[in-house]
Amino acid sequence: MSSKLTFRIGGIHPCDNKISRDCAIEVLPLPEVVYVSMAQHLGAPAAPVVAVGDKVLAGQVIAEPAGFISAFVHSPVSGTVKSIAPRADIAGRMVNHIEIVREGDEWAEGIDLSTDLVTEIPADRQFCLDRIKNNGVVGLGGATFPTHVKLNPAPGSKAECLIINGAECEPYLTSDYRIMLERTKEIIVGAAIMQSVLGGCRCVIGIEENKPAAIKAMRAALAELPYEGIKVQVLKKRYPQGGEKQLIDAVMRRQVASGALPISVGAVVQNMATALAVYEAVQKNRPLVTNVLTVTGDCLPVSAQHNYLFRIGMPLSYIAQVAGGVPEGAAKIISGGPMMGKAISNLDAATVKGSSSILYLSEEATRRKPESECIRCGRCADACPMGLEPFLLRRLTEAGDMQGLEAASVQDCIECGCCLYSCPANIPLLDHIRLSKGQVMGIIRARAAAAKAAQAANNQK
Amino acid sequence: MTNIIIWTIAILAALGLVLSVVLFLVAKKFKVEEDPRIDEVEAVMPGANCGGCGFAGCRAFAESAVKAGNLDNNYCPVGGADVMSKVASILGVEVKASAPKVAVVRCNGTCEARPRVNEYGGAASCKVKASLYAGDTLCQWGCLGCGDCVSACKFGALSMGPATGLPVVDESKCTACGACVKSCPKGIIELRNKGPRSMRVVVECVNKDKGVLARKACSNACIGCTKCQKVCAHDAITIESNLAYIDFTKCKLCKKCVAECPTGAIHAINFPVLPAKKVEDKPKETGNEQ
Repeated sequence: MSSKLTFRIGGIHPCDNKISRDCAIEVLPLPEVVYVSMAQHLGAPAAPVVAVGDKVLAGQVIAEPAGFISAFVHSPVSGTVKSIAPRADIAGRMVNHIEIVREGDEWAEGIDLSTDLVTEIPADRQFCLDRIKNNGVVGLGGATFPTHVKLNPAPGSKAECLIINGAECEPYLTSDYRIMLERTKEIIVGAAIMQSVLGGCRCVIGIEENKPAAIKAMRAALAELPYEGIKVQVLKKRYPQGGEKQLIDAVMRRQVASGALPISVGAVVQNMATALAVYEAVQKNRPLVTNVLTVTGDCLPVSAQHNYLFRIGMPLSYIAQVAGGVPEGAAKIISGGPMMGKAISNLDAATVKGSSSILYLSEEATRRKPESECIRCGRCADACPMGLEPFLLRRLTEAGDMQGLEAASVQDCIECGCCLYSCPANIPLLDHIRLSKGQVMGIIRARAAAAKAAQAANNQK
Repeated sequence: MTNIIIWTIAILAALGLVLSVVLFLVAKKFKVEEDPRIDEVEAVMPGANCGGCGFAGCRAFAESAVKAGNLDNNYCPVGGADVMSKVASILGVEVKASAPKVAVVRCNGTCEARPRVNEYGGAASCKVKASLYAGDTLCQWGCLGCGDCVSACKFGALSMGPATGLPVVDESKCTACGACVKSCPKGIIELRNKGPRSMRVVVECVNKDKGVLARKACSNACIGCTKCQKVCAHDAITIESNLAYIDFTKCKLCKKCVAECPTGAIHAINFPVLPAKKVEDKPKETGNEQ
């Protein structure tokens, strides 16, 4: 299997700019205060279970899931709860945060802090799922979907292939690359745990060709470990390969239907960092309170670039300060990659489970060029990895035609930004599409809820 | 040769005759019976097709009004009392008296009062901006300044004040159709009673944050101090989530609250300028001119 695979529709080739790839992961010193967000995952925000004045230990549960799709949140440090109040997140929106003043670094009981590799996988499936759930593991590839829900497909659907996403197709980001090199074996054990939880399906670790060292390390570690049915698949470098549906297409040659979940074609996709979190949750009973984050950018000298192991709740400004402050010439600070990341309008915001980078971009790299008229060249439609027609979606959005938008499948947009990247007229296509996608999704959800209510009323009769 | 021409003319004439008969018969047979009053009502409507009444256009309004036989759910804000009394006389019903309304922008976060803390570079649309983040100031409630309301207004009654960065309503053009209210993702614009001689007292702020935060974000913000509520003799002011609201049906325009407000969030609009009141009226006037 030496051939390189990739997805079949659309895609672009942005310069990968992985400047910080050789910066080893450093452990950040602990700050005096952390702010733990209650909305760190997809779904309902967690409900706090501690009160102001409570003493908490690192790894202790401080908030419980408030719904089926929700997750536990644990204290990242030991200390005292100072307040539970709304605080601005990176977009300036108010979200409930628990403020903890740190005192020392004591961990809760039952958490294994040793670094020894535990390769023996618990046979009890439910035990593994409970540990993943109770330790608050969520998907760290961007969407932060609760992992235990994804690993427990609805009855009747069977997973045929577990794909571990090591594409890291976003330019600049190197956190997944670093853990692939430094925590190789742990990731493989994590993958093997998920494989056994899913009932022993095959497992493919997909890595893009621009990370040869990671591919080599993974293959060497696989040869040493006793697991079967896991292989490394080299992927061509192409954005957005790390998109769930794109990765399934690349690895399995199957396409997920509009509105369907990956499990409908027998696939489960998990991110590299999630595999590591699953390993720590199941083998070490360690809750998800740390993750790796890249501090990088085109206006930052290589010597000032870092890959940090951070505790959730550390303010971004604190990390920026430890890394040497905001560099001169930074016009925009982004959380996440330059393609899909969100501009940080509030640097005092706290890090969350899914934080993957602080990216400083220069004026030159971020400046939007003047917008001109659409000339119908169709480049956006060629670039769209979901096979949509962004130019059409934008026109329909401006006209407010919700039916037309739904018929044109705006709800399938993955917000990868390929359309905007490829547009020669510099039209902010995604800005418009993201807006109407939200509205159409709302209409679809409301319709589904109404249909469900009508059915329930019928059943009662 | 002449034969061909004669035949051609004869055949075409015969064809035209036959087809006109067919068309006549078809038109008779498939005639759509329509209440003639629909056309009459449509004729007296303003014809702007703005949708302010909640219907797709003036024709749809007329159809609905005639079908319902009353005007309970039909009111044309553009035409106002004039048009509605004409419609009522066509339908032979009574029309409920309705006070004329006007759009009011409830944000006074001028560039001066509400410093920008970041720069927005996305698409120039408030809806898009609101979907991305809380905005380029510390106030997540206030005007985003991209002018969605200006482009929504079909009567040219709105414009962006270049110095304030806020929309300005031209009251002589505003028909209270409500298009701007729907277009604002922050829900800042409200339709309020125009008031006697267009005089109104309005809380020009929608910030629901606690006083400290609101004040930090904008020096003109309502901080929910309740001073206005205490001074109001007519029970017109309610305070909910740190924000005062003046009920225009109860307000007697005494302007006590205007003088009492520590941040100047309450504005008296269109009051005659008296020497003693100059201080309060000034900020409003500059806002309007710009």
